[in-house]
Amino acid sequence: MQFIQQLIQQLINGITIGAFYSLVALGYTMVYGVLKLINFAHGDMFMWGAYLGLTGFNVALAMVGQAGGWSILPIVIILMLTVALVGVLVERIAYRPLRSAGRLAPVISALGVAFILQSLARNVYGASYKTYPTGITPTGGLSLAGSARVSTMQIIVLITSFLLMGALYLFVQRTRIGTAMRAVSLDHDTSRLMGIDVNRIIAIVFLIGPGLGGVAGMIVALYYGSFDFTLGWSYGLKAFIAAILGGIGNIPGAMLGGMLLGIIETLGAGYLSPQWKDVIAYAILIIILIFRPTGLLGERVAEKV
Amino acid sequence: MTLLKIENLHTYYGHIQALKGIHLEVEEGEIVTLIGANGAGKTTTLRTISGLIRPRDGQILLDGQQIHTLPAHRIVEAGIAHAPEGRQIFSTLTVTENLNMGAYTLAADKAAIEENRQRVFDLFPRLEERKNQLGGTLSGGEQQMLTIGRALMARPKLVLLDEPSLGLAPMLVKAIFDTIQEINARGVTVLLVEQNARAALKVAHRGYVLETGRVVLSGAANELLRDERVRKAYLGEQ
Repeated sequence: MQFIQQLIQQLINGITIGAFYSLVALGYTMVYGVLKLINFAHGDMFMWGAYLGLTGFNVALAMVGQAGGWSILPIVIILMLTVALVGVLVERIAYRPLRSAGRLAPVISALGVAFILQSLARNVYGASYKTYPTGITPTGGLSLAGSARVSTMQIIVLITSFLLMGALYLFVQRTRIGTAMRAVSLDHDTSRLMGIDVNRIIAIVFLIGPGLGGVAGMIVALYYGSFDFTLGWSYGLKAFIAAILGGIGNIPGAMLGGMLLGIIETLGAGYLSPQWKDVIAYAILIIILIFRPTGLLGERVAEKV
Repeated sequence: MTLLKIENLHTYYGHIQALKGIHLEVEEGEIVTLIGANGAGKTTTLRTISGLIRPRDGQILLDGQQIHTLPAHRIVEAGIAHAPEGRQIFSTLTVTENLNMGAYTLAADKAAIEENRQRVFDLFPRLEERKNQLGGTLSGGEQQMLTIGRALMARPKLVLLDEPSLGLAPMLVKAIFDTIQEINARGVTVLLVEQNARAALKVAHRGYVLETGRVVLSGAANELLRDERVRKAYLGEQ
């Protein structure tokens, strides 16, 4: 009984962390889909979401005296739009001019943008750990079977991320623009022949990916309570790994990979030892990749006829 | 009336000159074919018309309007659809989704898209049977139908067909050429690139013979079929 309760608790925690990984992994996987580029700056856009949330809450506190409750909604929207705008600008300035320059140059450019965004955050906000104003993170929760608990914050995290991921999935599968995204992921030239403005589709991807990442940044900061400018590096790298695990370029794959990584990590930390959680998680990752190099849901690279 | 007019077209791949001053005209309602050996510049001509490659010199006019300065997606809007070589269908999209992408420029005009899809299904009943299947699971002949059908979804004035018979079984080849005539009879002008010169000249009104980036011969299709040089070089006769 004790064992089951513990397992349920670990799973709840694992899924929560997995939801963060999934949200961020989507940004990597969508960009990889349309550009075949690993956007290493994505983690730092996510980190900026955390900082912009901090500024938003402080401004709300100064202006209306409180930062909890519904004031969170305009903050989320403004932060999402800002990070999305940064994403679009980065693509326009740092990636598009390099599109015909092979695979390596854009990756280096992405690393450059990552360092710029990171240094910028450190210079603007300082190198110390930041915490959100008190009273914003919801407290309380529900007791499940015996000692297992799901906190209000976890419920919010799970509902928000599943809603966002569900909406994205429907958008990509059901709408004209979403179908065009999948077409562009397969073949730029043929997409052009359909009358698709490929640059516009890529810009839309750079709106959505960083937009989701920005929101994830804020929620992660709320969940953990404190963060610093290396958040994008540590968390972003794991989300990137989650994207690879699920099959990079594949949207449901990113969601699955994130969840799996979160759960494996948490179970490893809970049952074995927290110090060994990364060793366990990445050993499993390596094993999965040995047997499925394209990731769990990744397609085999189609051979050109 | 001249629908497409190409004047002195020069196209390069890097430093290699692929087209060395092509002149070509397509009248409204015609089937015009480009024949020639591998590397003669047939596919390059089509890719330059549809805007995938920019010409270095010369001009392309559609209905008297310059189109060679437009990006590829605007050229589709202007009324040219291109069914590329090698059946570049979207393998992980369904047949219906592939067709919808062909009608991308019609945006939200659902009624028009539906109507066009029905026309394509009339032309290729096989596609209707397989409309929910992924493009990559179709047979070669079905993929070719999808490539052509997809190009027709935007209701183009001019459709560019690149090697539609390549790699198909003889019976399917005949069906594809019948379909090309049928499409033309429904009012679509066709510019056809083919290795199968005999079949192409049989359905076409006029033809151009390309050699290393230049037009070396042109005329009515039935005259080209009788031409000594064409017979020797492209129809495999001694």
